[in-house]
Order: sequence, then C-alpha cells, then structure tokens
Amino acid sequence: MDLITPGTGLIFWQLFGFLGLLFILIKFAWKPMLAALDERESSIENALKAAETARNEMANLKAENEKLLAEARLERDNILKKAHEASLKMIEDAKLESGKAGAQMIANAKAVIETEKKSALTEVKNQVAILTLEVTEKLLRKTLSDDKAQKELVDQFIKETNIN
Amino acid sequence: MTRKLLFLSLLVSAFLLGFSSPTLAAGSEEDKTSFIMHHVVDSHEWHFATFGLTHVTLPLPVIVYSGDRGLEFFSSKDFQNHETHAFGKEYAHEGYFIDDHDHLGRVDEGSFIEFSITKNVAMMFLVMIVVAYVSLSAASHYKKNGAVAPKGAASLIEPIVIFVRDEIAMKSIGPKYKKFVPYLITLFLFIWFGNLMGLMPGAANMTGNIAVTFVLAILTFILTNWNGNKEYWKHVFATPGVPIPMLLIMVPVEIIGLFTKPFALTVRLFVAITAGHIVLLGFIALGFIFESYTIGIVSTLMVTFINLIELLVATIQAYVFTLFSAMYIGSAVAEHEHVDHH
Repeated sequence: MDLITPGTGLIFWQLFGFLGLLFILIKFAWKPMLAALDERESSIENALKAAETARNEMANLKAENEKLLAEARLERDNILKKAHEASLKMIEDAKLESGKAGAQMIANAKAVIETEKKSALTEVKNQVAILTLEVTEKLLRKTLSDDKAQKELVDQFIKETNIN
Repeated sequence: MTRKLLFLSLLVSAFLLGFSSPTLAAGSEEDKTSFIMHHVVDSHEWHFATFGLTHVTLPLPVIVYSGDRGLEFFSSKDFQNHETHAFGKEYAHEGYFIDDHDHLGRVDEGSFIEFSITKNVAMMFLVMIVVAYVSLSAASHYKKNGAVAPKGAASLIEPIVIFVRDEIAMKSIGPKYKKFVPYLITLFLFIWFGNLMGLMPGAANMTGNIAVTFVLAILTFILTNWNGNKEYWKHVFATPGVPIPMLLIMVPVEIIGLFTKPFALTVRLFVAITAGHIVLLGFIALGFIFESYTIGIVSTLMVTFINLIELLVATIQAYVFTLFSAMYIGSAVAEHEHVDHH
C-alpha cells in the first residue's frame, strides 16, 4: 500500500471507530469523570473557603473576647475604684459626722456646765448677799448701838462722798 | 539495573543479528531495506517476525464492496503463497487479487470499494480498546467512590484529563472550552496511546498513517467550522480593516487558510511518526547492510537512544495535535473586541 495515499477502508474504519470511541468515552468516561473532578475541585474550594471563614471567625471571636475581657477588666477597675471612693467617702463622712456630734455634745455639755456654773454662782451670790446682809445687819445693830459711832460713820461717808 | 538491562539487550540483539542474518543478509541491498517501507505502510496481513523461512503473521479479513457483487468477505490468506506469504496477481481468489505492492485489485478490472480490516485498522481497534478500557476503568473509580482522590487507572488518566482541560482547552479556547474538553481528551489519548503502542515491536505504524491523521484532522476541521461564530466567518469573508479591492485577494487566501489547518495537522503527525519509525528501522538495517557485528552493536545502541527520543516525540506529537486542534477551535469560537477601526 502507498505511503501518502489514504486508504478508503482505513478512512472508513478510522472515522466510525473514532466516532464510536468518542461517543462511548464521552458518555461513560469523560462526563462522569469531569463532573467528579468539578465536584471535587468545588468541594476543595468550599472547604478552603470554609476554613478561611472559620479562621476569620475565630480571629473575630478572639478579638471580641479580648475586647470583652478588656471591658470587663475596665468595669472591674471602675467598680473597685468607685467602691474605694465610696468607702473613703463613707469613712470621711463618718469621721465628719462623729466629729460634729462630739463637738455638739461638748458644746452642749459646756453650755450646761456654763448654765450650772451661772446658777451656782447666782446661788452663791445670793447666799453671800443674804449672809452679808445678815452680817451687816448684826454688825450695824451692834455698831450703831451708840450714837457716837453713828455720827462717826456718817461723817466718814460724807468725806468719802466729797472726794468722789 | 540499567547497566544489566543494557548488557542483556546487547547480547540479545547480537544473537538475533546472527540468527536472522541468513534471511536478511542474503539478499541484495534493496531487500535489506525494503522491510522499512513494508513496515511503515499499511498491509493486508499483520506480519510480526520471520524466523528463517517461517513467517509469523496474523491473517486479516479482506472486505470488499462492489456494485455488481455486493459485500464480500475474504481472508488475506486466500490471496498469498502459503510458503512465502508473498502476495501477487498469480494468487488471485474469486476474482480478486492483492498485488506485490499490497494493493487489492479486481481481475476483471471492475470498480469496488475496500473496507478491509488491514494491519492499521486492527492496530487502531487495539488502541481504541486499550484507551477505552483504561478510560472506563478510570471513570468507574469515580462512579464507585465519588469525587475522591484518584487511584489505579484514574491516577494515570486524571492528570491527563486535567492537563488537557486546564493547559490546552482552557488556555487555547477560552471561556467556551467546556464543550470541547471530551473531544480533546479522546484525541490526546488516542494519538498518545497509538504513538506509544506503535513503538512496540511488531506493532503497526497506525498514527503514522496518513488516512488516520487525515480523519482526525477532518474531525477537528468539522468541529472548528461547525462552531465558527459570526466573527470567525466575518474574518474569513470580510476581514475587518482590509480595503474592498484587497478582499479579492484576501478572501481566497483566507479560504485556503481554512483548509491548510487540517492539512498541517494531517501532515505533521503523519511525518513525525513515520519518520521516527523509518529512522529506527534504518538504524536496525545498518547492521545488515554492512554485515558487521560492530556496526550492529553501535546501531542497536542508537536504536535504544532513538527509541527514547521517540517516546518523547510520541507525547509531544499527541500534545501538539491536541493543542493545535484546540487553538483552531479557539479561533472559531473566540469573541474578540476589535479595536482596529480604521
């Protein structure tokens, strides 16, 4: 047979043989295979995407957690600070209150004492006055029992009055 | 291991050289090289080897259709000398004969069409069976296991499928590649397995036959022009930016261009594979022509070397045929944005 003249029989068999092969392989090999490859590739891609999303979510979650933690810490610090301040204020207030009360009490006591003192002094004065009057009366009665003495006294008074 | 294999192959070839020298070395120089062309072209019988005077052959069916006699079936055995296996007009059978150039002829010189299962047709079926078996068993892996990692035959076929899809179809055709992937994979596998199996001892030069490459190229040609879009045809019949008088020259050139594409495909594969076989057989013939063991050993080493190159060529040619098919299809379905408005 010739090298460069195509044989009719060969063309015929090659054409129908190849078309048959094409048909069989497309139907039973390439379609399921390409579908499986597509499926696998898309599943791999999806898995990668899912992993990426999960990683991002994890990062977000972690960031959020940290944020929450930081907030909580801040909150705690605030609360502690406020409590501290409150307690300090309370102590201060109590101190102030007790100081005031003490002062009041002292003042009251002082006032009472003053009053008592005054009344006691008044009493004493009255008593002294009464005693004085009594003593004076007794003295006067005794001294003025003679006229001479009376006269001397009057003179003396007059003298003193003049000086004044 | 490699060294041992090399040594063994040298021994075997030296032995075969001595063994077959009575037959080959006896004839004239033309006889010593005629087996090259005999191997390269198609034949009505499958000749594997000759030991002394014993021919190891596979007789093949001869199928003829003629208007007056209808469809007829013969065996290639019917048309040859049973001793020498030579064809000739003198061995005519039921009005047909095969001449000494392996052409089928009719004694009364009437017209007929031949559909014989020749050596290349048989080889083609063999390749198709292997390709189909490997591909189907690869596909069954996915049917059984779903979309999982490949195993067995799938490990062989899957990388090819992905390579053809991603590197050939996707890159050369563009967004509409999906429709053509199955054709391109089948094309690649058929040519590749054909090339590789053709390199085996006793095999036929099937992918180096012009009828085979012609049919494959025609299929690509039909696929290309069937799917050609408006822009593709516009480019052929009214190339944008070309003045009308120039179109008188351009249109015939473009139309010729349509046909040079399948022609190039046909010839490229045919020449690459046939030339490879001729070079291989030429080196084998050297030992017999010079009738020297030394040259036989050297030429055997060369044959080994050329065989390695042929393995590469087998793959490259399958790739190139598929790639060019994809590019031709790509040129027909691509939607360019023409910027060149003059």
